[in-house]
Amino acid sequence: MSGILIRGGRVIDPARKLDEPGDVYLLEGRVEGVGRNLGTPPGAMVVDAGGQIVAPGLIDVHVHLREPGQEDLETVATGAMAAAAGGFTAVCAMPNTDPVCDNQGVVGFVKAQAQRAGKARVYPIGAISLGQKGQQLAEFGELVGAGAVAVSDDGKPVVSSHLMRTALEYARTFGIPVADHCEDPTLAGGVMHEGLVSTRLGLKGIPAAAEEIMVARDLLLAELTGGHVHLCHMSTRGSVDLIRRAKERGVRVTAEACPHHFSLTHEACEGYDTNAKMNPPLREAEDREAIRQGLKDGTIDVIATDHAPHHYDAKEREFDDAPNGIIGLETALGLAITELVATRLLTLPELVARMSTMPARIFGLPGGTLAPGAPADVTVFDPAAEWTVRPQEFLSKSRNTPFGGRRLTGRATVTIVRGQVVFQRPD
Amino acid sequence: MTAATALGKDLTGLEYLSADQIRLILDTAEPFKEVSERPIKKVPALRGKTIVNLFFEASTRTRISFEFAEKRLSADTVNVAAQGSSASKGETLVDTAKNLEAMRIDMVVIRHGASGAAQFLGQRIRSNVINAGDGKHEHPTQGLLDLLTLRDKFGRIEGLKVAIVGDVLHSRVARSNIWGLTKLGAEVAVCGPASLLPRNVEQLGVTILPRVEDAIQWADALNVLRLQLERMQGGFIPSLREYNRVFGVTTERLAKAPKDLVILHPGPMNRGVEIDSDVADGPHSVILPQVTNGVAVRMAVLYLLAGGSPDWAGAPGRGEDH
Repeated sequence: MSGILIRGGRVIDPARKLDEPGDVYLLEGRVEGVGRNLGTPPGAMVVDAGGQIVAPGLIDVHVHLREPGQEDLETVATGAMAAAAGGFTAVCAMPNTDPVCDNQGVVGFVKAQAQRAGKARVYPIGAISLGQKGQQLAEFGELVGAGAVAVSDDGKPVVSSHLMRTALEYARTFGIPVADHCEDPTLAGGVMHEGLVSTRLGLKGIPAAAEEIMVARDLLLAELTGGHVHLCHMSTRGSVDLIRRAKERGVRVTAEACPHHFSLTHEACEGYDTNAKMNPPLREAEDREAIRQGLKDGTIDVIATDHAPHHYDAKEREFDDAPNGIIGLETALGLAITELVATRLLTLPELVARMSTMPARIFGLPGGTLAPGAPADVTVFDPAAEWTVRPQEFLSKSRNTPFGGRRLTGRATVTIVRGQVVFQRPD
Repeated sequence: MTAATALGKDLTGLEYLSADQIRLILDTAEPFKEVSERPIKKVPALRGKTIVNLFFEASTRTRISFEFAEKRLSADTVNVAAQGSSASKGETLVDTAKNLEAMRIDMVVIRHGASGAAQFLGQRIRSNVINAGDGKHEHPTQGLLDLLTLRDKFGRIEGLKVAIVGDVLHSRVARSNIWGLTKLGAEVAVCGPASLLPRNVEQLGVTILPRVEDAIQWADALNVLRLQLERMQGGFIPSLREYNRVFGVTTERLAKAPKDLVILHPGPMNRGVEIDSDVADGPHSVILPQVTNGVAVRMAVLYLLAGGSPDWAGAPGRGEDH
């Protein structure tokens, strides 16, 4: 099998504090070497990365691929294709499918579908509770044995503090994080952020406290149990503050933020735009700023999309009745570069750390580095490419995004998984 | 027929109108008041126009008021009570809209339980859309009839002190009143239990008065909102009895007012809950004039949205046909 030489790019590998011009040579599914003027080995395919960034493959730890159960919205194959087009070499699939991914059968099925598709890697996340009903623990040992990399009841909070405590304790046996969707259901039940805009639009609001109460609880339980809690899609300044203080006292907590929460505010809901409806909701400018600062100082460890496909006519509804969520795989990198790097908040190595190194480390995944011997998962992206978001051109099956028509800077050009080019943007 | 009118294509809320547009509607309503006092209550202004009254929520007063307004302008009307129509069979609002469009109607009056439903419809069909109440968002013609009633009583809106009392959180009437009154220069206060006041409401330019006694001391007029009985089950207040004791507009409380207060209520009333019968039926209540004015402002809105000339000045016989 012949190798791939990625020539003449700026190689960024935060795991090794590497940021320099050079070539990357991939052979037999592994990184063979990184260095200047490696020369072209006989038979190697050459990828010209001049003016571009060569990074360890991006990893999205929070996507909904809808298969099994809602294959009309997305499948493992279309989701893995959309991921590759967005520069992601791996994604973690949330378990809220139908049937729920709470047993080894579903874990195995998702993995098999991903293998068949042969695009981005797909790592299933198992459910915390059977059927995500919040009552009885799922069999973590079986789930991990079949290939699950974490557990979560995402889409729903773990309401019972006892169940969350038990999950954190039991997960320690397997060294996996427990990822929680933080929402106090008795305070939630709204359709957007509770604030001036919800008051004007006459829509039921979800106060920031609905998230922060559960964040505070989870931090206390992580402290109590020594378990690793991973907090999904953080959206409020209060949450960022709670996590920052918990990290200072050594709690085993990691956290993620979504591109829409560092790009938009609740004002995007004006005009009852259902593509701005998601849970947690878009918050206020101060919250958006706190999320950005959290990404800068490491309080927020990773950027994850919460890619949530919905059919267009499900969103073509009254705001109250439209489903929550937007797709994000094909806009995440562009939004991150536009909103975080072009604004000089993050450097490119810091961005790669939030989108590759840290996701791999937190979820214990292969990749996240270009060290020799690492998996040949590489993302080549042009940080200066200007492009317009055209949802009709997405490779995802769904089109639900509030970013249609938006001009962005930065886009993946070549995505390599297991030493194979799985996506190459046409010139 | 949907060329830009003095009000634009749709009337979805008073937030989206200028002070001049609101004054235009009130001024246009004046001559229409007289039409309803004639033995033959009909002018040909909307002859040949077809209007659908699409009511997804139960309504008596608003639906009848719109229907009278339409008929007195000679429009052809169809009433759809959508609880018993295809909506209950799962048809989406967008499909309902497309079907109405396909029947080439001129105007739709919509009442819907979801905030934003009128805007949703207006963005998807060419016909004019009039919001007859959408969720907790706006009820613009109610706001307009309240303005007209206050203007009749005081001769002006500017500088008036109006307190909106009750369940502001769930009230579309409150929002339309806040926009209309503040745009025309009134001072507005909201008063009710904090559990029934929306977040950041003060940023809409209103004062919060925590006690109904404070509102009575301060205001020239009280607009008393209906307390929906289901709010008790929702846990927003302990009981209707307690609500009446703490926030009810009663003769005893009004007796302590420094001046006679004008009392408005959008109806239907819960007598003995938010308002006592003696007050509702008393000399300072304008609750029935509100209903009369409702027909006139709705005639004005329909007329203006149909492209009627803003300078129409009391010559109803010459209503326009297009």
